[in-house]
Amino acid sequence: MCATCGCNSHDVLIGGKRPVRGIGAISFRKVQTPPDKTKHEHPPADTTTRVIQVERDLLARNDTFAEANRRLLNERGVFALNLVSSPGSGKTTLLVKSIAMLQGKLPLAVIEGDQQTENDAARIRAAGAPAIQINTGRGCHLDAQMTGQAMTQLDLADDSLLLIENVGNLVCPAAFDLGEAHKVVILSVTEGEDKPLKYPDMFRAADLMLLNKCDLLPYLEFDAELAITYAHRINPQLKVMRISAVSGEGMDEWLNWIEAGSRKAIAAK
Amino acid sequence: MHEMSLAESVLQIIEESAQAQNFQRVRTVVLEIGRLSSVEPDAMRFCFDSVMRDTLADGAELQIIETPGTGRCLSCGTEVEMLEKYGLCPYCDSPHLQITAGNLMRVKDLVVE
Repeated sequence: MCATCGCNSHDVLIGGKRPVRGIGAISFRKVQTPPDKTKHEHPPADTTTRVIQVERDLLARNDTFAEANRRLLNERGVFALNLVSSPGSGKTTLLVKSIAMLQGKLPLAVIEGDQQTENDAARIRAAGAPAIQINTGRGCHLDAQMTGQAMTQLDLADDSLLLIENVGNLVCPAAFDLGEAHKVVILSVTEGEDKPLKYPDMFRAADLMLLNKCDLLPYLEFDAELAITYAHRINPQLKVMRISAVSGEGMDEWLNWIEAGSRKAIAAK
Repeated sequence: MHEMSLAESVLQIIEESAQAQNFQRVRTVVLEIGRLSSVEPDAMRFCFDSVMRDTLADGAELQIIETPGTGRCLSCGTEVEMLEKYGLCPYCDSPHLQITAGNLMRVKDLVVE
């Protein structure tokens, strides 16, 4: 079990169904032969041991799947974003609003990651976009293999936008490349300004930070400038936009950025 | 960080090595974990034991080699030791530090029988 968040990686569901093959980290079959503990504790004198040099990266398997996803996305001109944040930062509301504003401009589909429930995918579908829900069970992040399987089930359109809403968690999703063009981290002003310092890996991995719920700033003590300063201390290249998915503030800038990225992805096919 | 998934990656690497190199038991697993790799060695030890249970590495000793983090300041060019992934250059206070070592996490060696 992950000591940081207590996660485990069982019970993965994609679109409500258990995948035919194992998913990502849980696909490794245990060997059938029970271990001989006596042998381990008291190895016979004539046992020969040898050292094998392995030198393999722990994320290599995920990265292989991520590269396959990226190749497919690139070939088809699909601009993919991996949205990451704490729970409650307003990711799903942001998606619903973005879908409404992109209607007729850019075809899009959504992969929703949550530990349990189809609620978010249902909200996205009600907003008018195809969506597939990945339930990670006790798992605390999406990985590239489950994302690839969800992409296949979604039947992505060429030259479209793919929005991947990761599990609400500022820690584990940082290390797992899904094949996206960019990670987008969402920080809401109802959180602490020092979140970038507390969870640096995520702010380091992201290319864009959306400071969400900015319509609430008059009612809070949140210091937006300080939050942005902290974020830039972790990642000097991080692009920042102040938005409110509810009031619409900053949404044009965010959607213009998406459309510019999509045009680039289509041109680079 | 996500030590459970990573411990399962270790097991898969071991199982693939067992097929390629023809061994049945693992005595020792040597992991190299960089200071800047976001893996907590204690959490990895905990996950390792539970993931290896009932496998060919059940009861195997886990050795973790922790490698130091280093970086280069893109502003003044100095090589600096990095204890965290982020921070300011101790010579010029610039936040533009590029990690040059210490962000790897990999299975280095196995002692097998």
